[in-house]
Amino acid sequence: MKVRIKFGKYGELKFIGHLDIMRYFQKMMRRADIDIKYSTGYSPHQIMSFAQPLGLGITSDGEYMDIEVDSTKPSKEMIDLLNTYNVDNIRIYSYRELPDNAKTGMAIIAAADYEVRFRYPEKISFDLKSDWPRFMEREHINVTKTTKSGESEVDLKPLIFDSHVMEDGLFLKLSCGSVVNLKPEVVLGEFYKFMGEELGEFDLLLHRKELYARGDDGELIALEDMGRDIE
Amino acid sequence: MVRKLALPDEILLKVEKPARYIGGEVNAVNKNFDEMDINFCMCFPDVYEIGMSHLGIQILYDMFNKWDKVYCDRVYSPWPDLDKIMRDRDIPLFAVESQRPLKDFDFLGITLQYEMCYTNILQILDLGKIPLYTAERTEDDPVIIGGGPCTYNPEPIADFFDLFYIGEGETQYKNLLDLYKKIKDENPGAWREKFLHAAAQIPGIYVPSLYEVEYYDKAGVEGDNPAPMPELAGTISSFKPKFDFVPATIRKEIVLDMDNTYYPEKPVVPFIRATQDRVVLEIQRGCIRGCRFCQAGMVYRPVRERSLEFLKDKALKLLKNTGHEDITLSSLSSSDYSHLEEIVNYLVENIHGKGINVSLPSLRIDAFSLDVMSKVQDIKKSSVTFAPEAGTQRMRNVINKGLTEEDIIHGADQAFHAGWNRVKLYFMLGQPTETNEDVEGIAILADKIARKYYEIPKAERNGKVQIVASSSFFVPKPFTPFQWARMNSKEEFLEKAKICRRKFGEMLNSKSLKYNWHESDVSVLEGVLARGDRRIAPALVEAYRKGSIFDAWSDYFVFDNWLEAFAKYDITFEYYNERERVFEELLPWDFLDCGVNKRFLQLEWNRAKEARVTANCRQGCSGCGALVFGGGVCFEGKNKVR
Ligand code: SF4
Repeated sequence: MKVRIKFGKYGELKFIGHLDIMRYFQKMMRRADIDIKYSTGYSPHQIMSFAQPLGLGITSDGEYMDIEVDSTKPSKEMIDLLNTYNVDNIRIYSYRELPDNAKTGMAIIAAADYEVRFRYPEKISFDLKSDWPRFMEREHINVTKTTKSGESEVDLKPLIFDSHVMEDGLFLKLSCGSVVNLKPEVVLGEFYKFMGEELGEFDLLLHRKELYARGDDGELIALEDMGRDIE
Repeated sequence: MVRKLALPDEILLKVEKPARYIGGEVNAVNKNFDEMDINFCMCFPDVYEIGMSHLGIQILYDMFNKWDKVYCDRVYSPWPDLDKIMRDRDIPLFAVESQRPLKDFDFLGITLQYEMCYTNILQILDLGKIPLYTAERTEDDPVIIGGGPCTYNPEPIADFFDLFYIGEGETQYKNLLDLYKKIKDENPGAWREKFLHAAAQIPGIYVPSLYEVEYYDKAGVEGDNPAPMPELAGTISSFKPKFDFVPATIRKEIVLDMDNTYYPEKPVVPFIRATQDRVVLEIQRGCIRGCRFCQAGMVYRPVRERSLEFLKDKALKLLKNTGHEDITLSSLSSSDYSHLEEIVNYLVENIHGKGINVSLPSLRIDAFSLDVMSKVQDIKKSSVTFAPEAGTQRMRNVINKGLTEEDIIHGADQAFHAGWNRVKLYFMLGQPTETNEDVEGIAILADKIARKYYEIPKAERNGKVQIVASSSFFVPKPFTPFQWARMNSKEEFLEKAKICRRKFGEMLNSKSLKYNWHESDVSVLEGVLARGDRRIAPALVEAYRKGSIFDAWSDYFVFDNWLEAFAKYDITFEYYNERERVFEELLPWDFLDCGVNKRFLQLEWNRAKEARVTANCRQGCSGCGALVFGGGVCFEGKNKVR
């Protein structure tokens, strides 16, 4: 049975990189005695894949991994069970069965929500409420990207699906996935430039909220909404 | 839940592997620091991934935290990247879980696993803003206590420690902490001296500041107290307690009942991959073998085994509580464990598979070990390992390594027939009485193994054979029969490695053989630190001030710092390494009693020179002295004490 798990990552766990988080969950599955499926072969490993790695220094409410299990208890019990074996700064939010033919989150991911806050709000010279709409109202937000094959122009505008100014920061819905993956710090870097400033390495506090795939009609569906609770 | 971290995000995001400094791992213990009677910070003076792999620390961490009102936290050496930042910004070193500065703790316990971490001790104290020397510490500083194998000669670092715990930590720590609390409660603001004096009377506790050491001068014939013989020039003339209540000798502490003692069931599981990323089952302590170069084999005597039931029970609990995918056995010589077959079979049959691997420790190669190895390893990717330690039988007799050429060739042959084609061999260069013939014997032995492989008909062979021989340089250690031995100089070592390499080139199967040898700079330094005395301390500080830390890491080891520091304080390799000591010499560690007595070590040194082997504890007791502890192998039924 395919299962999609949604979890959050908080506090100092933001200093633990993606590979170590994967190792962490492998050990956690064994501690919690989850009846997870193993690959065959000389050194079997758990069938487990993560939708989208989270960069170092970023916290999140909306991370996903897909696993396969041979047996399971109802979703509610599984969430409690997993949380018993987790460290405090990892929380499981949903545990849902996927259709057998479902693709992994990794394969279908299309968008991500972020909240952007400022580590040193006192140092900020711009007024987000008026300056952000000015930045976004342009038809194109062109940036030059240096790749192996030279320089190319990319327009960020169509990759920013949505945005708005919050009380203490900014909300962004960005294109995400293996094809076009737009990082919030890139967007903010352009915004700072637009304001005639330079974004410092540690100026932002980033928090991921949710990950989405595209539905049949092109609409964005949160990854957890593609599965159903096990009763 | 947001814990307040000692380091700001900007630093943690800049340094390599920030997980080294944030604590909060699975099974880490968090207690309310301010409500404790005693806060104890356990330190492994090397990088986190190494420190977290150490079973001894996990045992003590678990033990302390089981006690009411005692909290044990951890600290490791900040890697050079963070070390620099902490110095530049004047950030005091902190423990990983509570994130409190080291200075806030009652105790800082430092484990001393190898000599090359000595400058890291100074790094920890210095970054912790604790005075380096015991003499400079005040009522506000923690008690600095050392433990672990290097305490069998603590003298080079004696001036930096308030206390040393000699032997196994499970037995006396409770008494020590209770004593501390009592004295501190009764004498707030004036406890330190009283506590050190009282601690000196607890078995196994050595308080270095309560002893006076004197030396014969260089000429050895001058002064009020001339040395009785010229060989003693410059050596220790007396080592005495300063007060009547301080014991003249200190016997190591040891656990006798290995089943009813502390053993962690929930060890801390790091987020980042530790060097030892697996469940470790300590099957026994000590070794019956008596190899004459091996300190562990002497100081951990007598062998004490854990029961099969104990190990089975712990194996399951530990796997469950850690989620590790790997389990291994640990001991000095696992093949000698009485229930080896049972425990290995149990692990392979009941645990191996479905995501859990059993990794075997190095076992004596025989039908049994090859059989289990073939069950848990990929024969094509793994190798069989032998540690003959010396190339000729004469030399192996000198070091009392009971492994014959026939054992090796026969073992390798069995492995080849079972499908293996890779062999690893470990040797030591520079052991007492070694000749060029012994050195070349290493290459000849490796070649013989290769020849054995090619005796197998080509159709049955598994491609080419690969034999990798590595040699390290022999460093004489305290409490071994070789503690009196002359150590080779750096030049002699390199010359021997050259001779050996040349011989490898001349061998028939040289294309199948590979030879590696270790750095000699580190070895000669290790020699000085291993058998040094209190006069080394200022040179250690000097090397540290010149920037030496992480000396065990070749990328950071700067030999010149040490040469300059030694020159400044007149520390010479000639004196500390390159002379044979006479039995009349008072050795810096003679005040310690590890059970094995000096008479036995002398006898063994004499037998070594005659290339005579000595039986192991199970073939027949040779009366080493460890019987005084009243347990272990010395009292196994078949083992008659002569
Ligand atoms: S007293 Fe005998 S049996 Fe005991 S450790 Fe020594 S040699 Fe071995």
